[in-house]
Formats: sequence, C-alpha cells, structure tokens
Amino acid sequence: MASRPELQAPPEIFYNDDEARKYTSSSRIMDIQAKLSERAVELLALPDDDVPRLLLDIGCGSGLSGETLTENGHHWVGLDISPSMLDIAVEREVEGDLLLADMGQGLGFRPGVIDGAISISAVQWLCNADKSSHEPRMRLRAFFGSLYRCLARGARAVLQVYPENLAQRELILGFAMRAGFSGGVVVDYPHSTKMRKEYLVLTCGSPSLSSVTPNGKGEDGESCSDEDDSGDEENQSVSVSDRNRPRKKHKLNKKVKGRDWVLRKKEQMRRKGNAVPLDTKYTARKRKARF
Amino acid sequence: MRLVTHNMMSSNIKGVANGFPLLIEAAQVVEKEVDFNADFLKNIFARIEWKALVEASKTMGYSELLDNVESSMLDSEEFLRKFHHALLEIHLEEGALVCPETGRKFPITKGIPNMLLHEDECTVFVLTGHDLYHSCGTPGVLKALSIAVY
Repeated sequence: MASRPELQAPPEIFYNDDEARKYTSSSRIMDIQAKLSERAVELLALPDDDVPRLLLDIGCGSGLSGETLTENGHHWVGLDISPSMLDIAVEREVEGDLLLADMGQGLGFRPGVIDGAISISAVQWLCNADKSSHEPRMRLRAFFGSLYRCLARGARAVLQVYPENLAQRELILGFAMRAGFSGGVVVDYPHSTKMRKEYLVLTCGSPSLSSVTPNGKGEDGESCSDEDDSGDEENQSVSVSDRNRPRKKHKLNKKVKGRDWVLRKKEQMRRKGNAVPLDTKYTARKRKARF
Repeated sequence: MRLVTHNMMSSNIKGVANGFPLLIEAAQVVEKEVDFNADFLKNIFARIEWKALVEASKTMGYSELLDNVESSMLDSEEFLRKFHHALLEIHLEEGALVCPETGRKFPITKGIPNMLLHEDECTVFVLTGHDLYHSCGTPGVLKALSIAVY
C-alpha cells in the first residue's frame, strides 16, 4: 500500500508545485474528488429550494471540490495551507474565493455566518505535529471550536477523512463533540477496503430530528463493485463431494507429539540412567475433557 | 477576493476582541460578472454587516451603496443590483487586509489573502485533563502526557 502523504511531509511542503500539478492533472484523482464532494454535498442536506448558499470548503486545494459546489449553484469560500495548490486553483479560474490559511490556527470568520462546510480528505492532517509548536489536540480544538462558531445554527459540516487508525478517528470525533457538534460518522461501503470512505457528519446545535446521521452507502449488502459480487456467487455454488470426511482432520495435521515419540524419549532417558516411570497403557494418553 | 468573503472574515489573532471589519488596502481591483440571483441576496442580507460593506466598497472605488438600508428595500430591483455588484462582482486582486486592533497586515496576492498567523499570534488553548484523558484513553498514557504538558 502506498505510503500516506500525511507521513511524508507537512501539507504546505508536500503539495509543492510539482505535486499540485500532478494532483490536478490526474483524471483518476479528479474523478474521486468529484465523487467525494458530490456525496458530501448530499450529506450536507441543504434545504431543497434552489437558493444558493454560502459554503466553506476546508482544505480546498486546487478547487476540485469547490467545482462541485459551483455546479450545485452555491457560493463558496475555500481555504488551504498550500500556496501551490491555490495557484493552480487560480489558474483553473474557480468561482469561489480562496484564502491561504491554516485550519489548525482556527478559522477567522464572524459567528454564525456560514450555511455549511465541506472538507475533502483534509482534517486528518491536523493529527500530525509538523512543527515543534504544533500540538495536534490544540489544533483540533482550535479548528472545531472556530468551525462551530462560524456556522449558523442547525448548519451542517461534512468532513471526509482518512483516519490512520481507530485512535485517530476517536480523537477527531471526540474534539468535534466537545466543540458542541452533534452527529457521527457515516461510512460508505464499509466492507470494501478500496471504496470505503468515512464522512464526519456534524450538526451545529443540539441533536434533533434533523440531525439524524444518515446511513452509509453499501452498508446492507448493496454491491459496491462488479468484481466483488461475481466472486461471492462462485463461492456459494461450491459442491461438497464427501460429506463424511473426518471431523477434526485439521488436528491430525498439527505437529502433535504422539505415543511413539514419548516412548522413544523415555528410552533415551533410561539409557542415560535417569529414573523413568514404566511404560503403561496410560503413557502419552490424552486426558479426558472433563479433567 | 470578493466583499462577501471580506464581510464574513474577522481577524483571529491572539488577544483580539473585535477583529471585524478588516480594513482594506486596495492596490488593484478587478470586476468580474456573476449571475444575478435575488434569492441568494435576500437570504444573505440578514447576515451582512451593512456598514462594513459600505465602507469596504468605498475603499474599492464603488460608492453607489446607501448608508442606511432596511429589509423592505430588498423588493427593489435597483437596490438588489447594486447590492449584488458590491457583494459579488468587485474583486480585490492585489493589496492587503489590516487587522483593526493590532494593525497586522495580511497581504493579498493574485486575489488570495495570506491569513497564515505566526506562531506567537495563535490562540493558545489550555488543554484540560479531560481533553487529555479523552484523547488518549489509557491512564498510563495520560500520566506520561501530563508530565510532558504541565
């Protein structure tokens, strides 16, 4: 598995001019980003009244996710820490406003002015300490605290994340909850390693009916790709030819030292002149289960 | 950067109580046409700090906005057009934003304000034992961490 970019260098260094261009010219990445942001917008659950909203794109990069927002007719403000990525965004003439900012330093917005926020594959960067002054927990707290403040009541934030492990997911979610958000994690295609995507769906304000966390895609056996289900069907139709095969065959294959081995060893010990018990019918016999 | 963004932003330097509005130093202003949408304007009007918008648009060289407005004026097409123009069509391309309290400058290049703070400008949160406990789980780690932090 390819190494995580988070482990290679800080974001503003990793996404240099080369990497930023590579990122934005890869049709595969563009496709994935578009799908992720499409799903994030769906999870935002904005009222269906065709009124454009003012949204925030945290870690907007070259504006791939912002384009989806524009397609949905919304105005957006994107922020990113990598100047190279933002340069590409300017080149591509994205519609939204761009800010060069570090989400770990808190978002500088007035309280309650933003209608919703999305973030595609960015928040897990906060868990890294790239400078001596960085303290991941402090940065997470600053980020979620300021995000909570700037969102309007009842607004949602959908953050797609790639947590490195369980502890990291709990760390991120824990700080979101303590900032006052309600909500949880939506996992799309939980059974697939490749297509599995996690979204933190956070609602600003107290839990209510509207903040029920939606279900992930592909949770209840919905097929996630063509390759996967073809394999399953074949497995189901395997015929069993021999029904009376020995039940605990696998135990015989184990390297169990049997009676012969014990007798040989005892003989060896006798030749050395050691006191060895007699060989009887009980020698090397298995104990009963209830012993 | 458009004025809608400017109107939402505030300075988040450590110790600044009221970082809004950021003052504008305009060196280059460009205008780009954006589709007019009355619903968006009506929706966002309540959240706009009008005084700041008027001031900002004046520094950018657009002085058509009235000083005093009421929500009833939202029905007038003429008013909405001006509002739309000021809010979405004037871009600050080169210049700087200045924090009203500390005077710290945030330079703008190619329309992107550089809002990165220096280390000594970041707000420092005091992490409580609660934070530490919940972020690392086991008391053993907690003990090790609390030694490192305090």
